[in-house]
Amino acid sequence: MRFVDEYRNAAAARPWIEAIRALVTRPWAIMEVCGGQTHSIVRFGIDELLPPEIRLIHGPGCPVCVTPVELVDKAVAIASRPEVIFCSFGDMLRVPGSASDLLEVKSRGGDVRIVYSPLDALKVAGDNPGRKVVFFAVGFETTAPANAMAVAEARRRGLGNFSVLVSHVLVPPALEAVLSSPQRQVDGLLAAGHVCAIMGTGEYAPLARRHRVPIVVTAFEPLDLLQGIHMVVKQLEEGRHEVENQYDRLVRPEGNLPARELIREVFQVKDRAWRGIGVIPMSGLGLREAYAAFDAERIFDVEGVGGPESPDCRSGLVLQGIIRPQECPAFGSPCTPDHPLGATMVSNEGACAAYYRYRRHTPA
Amino acid sequence: MCLGIPGKVVDVEEGPLRLGRVAFGDVVKEVCLAFVPAARPGDYVVVHAGSAIEVIDEEKALRVFEAFRIMEGP
Ligand code: SF4
Repeated sequence: MRFVDEYRNAAAARPWIEAIRALVTRPWAIMEVCGGQTHSIVRFGIDELLPPEIRLIHGPGCPVCVTPVELVDKAVAIASRPEVIFCSFGDMLRVPGSASDLLEVKSRGGDVRIVYSPLDALKVAGDNPGRKVVFFAVGFETTAPANAMAVAEARRRGLGNFSVLVSHVLVPPALEAVLSSPQRQVDGLLAAGHVCAIMGTGEYAPLARRHRVPIVVTAFEPLDLLQGIHMVVKQLEEGRHEVENQYDRLVRPEGNLPARELIREVFQVKDRAWRGIGVIPMSGLGLREAYAAFDAERIFDVEGVGGPESPDCRSGLVLQGIIRPQECPAFGSPCTPDHPLGATMVSNEGACAAYYRYRRHTPA
Repeated sequence: MCLGIPGKVVDVEEGPLRLGRVAFGDVVKEVCLAFVPAARPGDYVVVHAGSAIEVIDEEKALRVFEAFRIMEGP
């Protein structure tokens, strides 16, 4: 699309950096919530261009990274069954469980397939009536409508051989956890644009008020991020803490109503464990009782499956912005994208992988 | 995971899934358009995991771009 190249124009970045420099009078720490934003920031070196007073902290915004070991273990158990075709986004295949991962299941002969959308998995189910097709439904609010649609469509078509292993997480409860932590270092937040495109901005206003923190809904291109940072810094310097929208070309305050409606119809909010962080109350989605027939956890009876996380992995601290990836003793050796100890090194959007890829030679 | 890709709607087939074709540069893909009931051929949408999640307001997009340009100076 033609807009994209314009947003990446390096010459256009300079005035924004100057404008931020002119505003700043004291140190501020700003957290970007979304892994896609982390990737852009590290890749384009935005953090290094900013005045030294501004510190960017990477947030918990990668659903692959926060999928608990227990769910990966359940995925491995289900995918290992001979009657199952297990469909997943590619970045889940190498996320380590406690003893194995999906790629290993595949190399042992399991039928594990990479798909690009839940509707592709539905198609696999339609094409293979004699097999049981399971889709690993991972994601934040952005992915929830597509996953809800796949389940609703399976019910409409009466596809009895399709189910989903749900690993859905919600952003606002995670931010609540980050902001109310006694270790909190965050002064302002860039909220993830596409999550808000679905859910709107309503849930952020109470967070901004209660924690006295400016929250700016921000898109993903370098210039978008600079504009979002500028808006946060301006609020901080003026002592304001409001919700503002940098991404109003896409995000409406009420979000996407048909998508929200379908999410509500198919899913319900429930407690959820986040990898490396622990259980955050009411921070996940599970299938409603009316859709229990499509719930892979019930169909395959994997209750109690699941082992411990790697004791060497500090990803929980990385995800909460308490340490940077290079400060983990395992970073780069033994933990690399080829031999990841934690999901933050596996996922392209994980902070550890972004630093490994673009900052390997920068000392901590 | 939450990055969407902007593309241009080529055509729409009405139905429960509201499938349509969306062009991402030279690549054209089938996409679920159920969540963007107002999207018409020629509109830009952001697509995530095979579903369009929202229509881009082109006028606002151009305005943001204009703001970037103004800051660039003469
Ligand atoms: S570098 Fe590896 S071991 Fe350390 S926190 Fe990141 S993923 Fe975990």
